[in-house]
Amino acid sequence: MIQTEAILTLWQREILRFVRNKSRIIGGLGTPLLFLLVLGSGFDRLLNVGGGLSYFQFLAPGVIGMVLLFGGMFSGINVVYDRQFGFLKEILVAPVSRASMVIGRTLGGATTAMFQAAILLVLTLLVGVQLDPVQIVLMVLAMTWIAFGFTAMGLAIAAKLTDFQGFQLIVNFIMMPMFFLSGALYPLDQLPPWLQTATSLNPMTYGVELMRFIALGQSSMDPGLALAIQTAFNALMLWLAAWLFSQKE
Amino acid sequence: MHAIETHQLTKAFGALTAVHPLDIHVKKGEVFGLLGPNGAGKTTTISMLVTLLSPSGGTAKVNGFDVQTQPDLVRQSIGIVFQDESIDDELTAWENLDMHGRLYGMPWELRKKRIEEVLKLVGLQPRQDDVLKTYSGGMIRRLEIARGLMHHPNVLFLDEPTLGLDPQTRRHIWTYIRKLNRDEGVTVILTTHYMEEADFLCDRIAIMDQGKIVALDTPKKLKERDATLHVASGKIDELYQALSAMNPVRQNGKILIETSQPQRSLKRVLSIAEKRKLALTEIDVKKPTLEDIFVELTGHSIRDEKAGTSDRFKAYNRAMTGRRK
Ligand SMILES: Nc1ncnc2c1ncn2[C@@H]1O[C@H](COP(=O)(O)OP(=O)(O)OP(=O)(O)O)[C@@H](O)[C@H]1O
Ligand SMILES: [Mg+2]
Repeated sequence: MIQTEAILTLWQREILRFVRNKSRIIGGLGTPLLFLLVLGSGFDRLLNVGGGLSYFQFLAPGVIGMVLLFGGMFSGINVVYDRQFGFLKEILVAPVSRASMVIGRTLGGATTAMFQAAILLVLTLLVGVQLDPVQIVLMVLAMTWIAFGFTAMGLAIAAKLTDFQGFQLIVNFIMMPMFFLSGALYPLDQLPPWLQTATSLNPMTYGVELMRFIALGQSSMDPGLALAIQTAFNALMLWLAAWLFSQKE
Repeated sequence: MHAIETHQLTKAFGALTAVHPLDIHVKKGEVFGLLGPNGAGKTTTISMLVTLLSPSGGTAKVNGFDVQTQPDLVRQSIGIVFQDESIDDELTAWENLDMHGRLYGMPWELRKKRIEEVLKLVGLQPRQDDVLKTYSGGMIRRLEIARGLMHHPNVLFLDEPTLGLDPQTRRHIWTYIRKLNRDEGVTVILTTHYMEEADFLCDRIAIMDQGKIVALDTPKKLKERDATLHVASGKIDELYQALSAMNPVRQNGKILIETSQPQRSLKRVLSIAEKRKLALTEIDVKKPTLEDIFVELTGHSIRDEKAGTSDRFKAYNRAMTGRRK
């Protein structure tokens, strides 16, 4: 059952909280900026990624993917805070279906992560990646869609997480591997077989390739395929999160 | 139809049975109290009734809807003030209430009207646009009560609603709960550690201990259980003889008679005294307080806990260390 008003309410809540929390916005950008500036500048002259692209250009969509991954996942996992501070009960006891709750929350996380990524996008524009207005619009849409999947994934994880004890585990064993084992930092062709397998099983790979196609006009796979896989991933995560939240003690 | 009907409702957490098979019937329009010490199972019972916890056994109906098979309909028709804090402290009071109204499908005009009403009720209007981080524990409690009332539920669950409130606010809230119940027929289920609260508000009280209901009656009837008659006379020895059928006890120059029907016993004593021409210098019915009854039934006294600002700190600590309270 989909309840539009409830979805909008929870969506807006995420945005309000995001806007009120400047430190969270800036904090989320630190590491990706470091990656972009340091790796980008450091390897720019060493690496040839082909296609007439500089490594810096190549890296930009990957680092944007990183912002979306971390921003989205953290936003989803933040439900654990709501649980600890009791606010989750207020939502769970309201006449709002679990599906609506998860959708509203996921849209909220997707929007806020997209905003963070947009800040990075503007920065990359400033340092030489060139995009026309159509590309910018497509990028914003793609970024939102990618963050949607990661937020839903964070929510699904948080549904079974009662406290922050497992948090470091999630960062180290899910988020970091997802980032490093995607095509965010290196081109997908000519990888050793094990890494090829790992990247192809990683949903993040497809999001990054989709953005690379939009921003740079080239990618190592058919963008239609990337979009299809991203969409399937989003649907799966959304369903999983809604299902997990409908299980009660 | 009852507002609440449970049949053998049970909840076990592993080896611990928090709620033993429970049969209660709460009438529509009633104020029903659950009184019990820490860990008695009050919150667990309420959590099952408001669809947050699945029963391990038995069934429960709220407003005629089954909590397990029709949770959405149950949720639609109830309001709850949780024992623990349940607000978004990064939003303002107004935003919290508005969000609540929207989740309950209230249209804008109605929302606006009700938010103003309930904020006024709990005296938070001047602070309505402050982020809740800046509120004291008592102010948050008041806001939560306001929120629970906002959407005019048929059944209102109040889990220790006035914990940590100052006496003046507490009175104020009591009066309002009563008014709401009288004027709008809202059924209220209330848990409390405060005897006066149960006494003042409740039509019936269930005393709960270790997951079981050990007594269930009106406050008046509960207090009449084992009332004591205090009788004195100039001719105390003769009087003692005359009343021997009533199991009298002599104490401090008085005669004490325990009775579960104080009015009848009183009449009986008076008529015996009259027949024997014994002038009474004192006759008095001493009713036990709810506290006395409670101690007698459960074997321990109820603790008047004060919640304070430290609760927020505890919640924070819990969040950071993952420790359950
Ligand atoms: N999620 C849980 N897991 C395990 N045990 C639990 C859980 N929730 C409650 N209990 C146990 O169930 C029992 C009843 O707890 P409950 O919270 O219902 O008590 P209460 O009557 O509300 O007490 P209080 O007056 O302290 O609020 C306690 O022994 C408690 O430890
Ligand atoms: Mg309790």
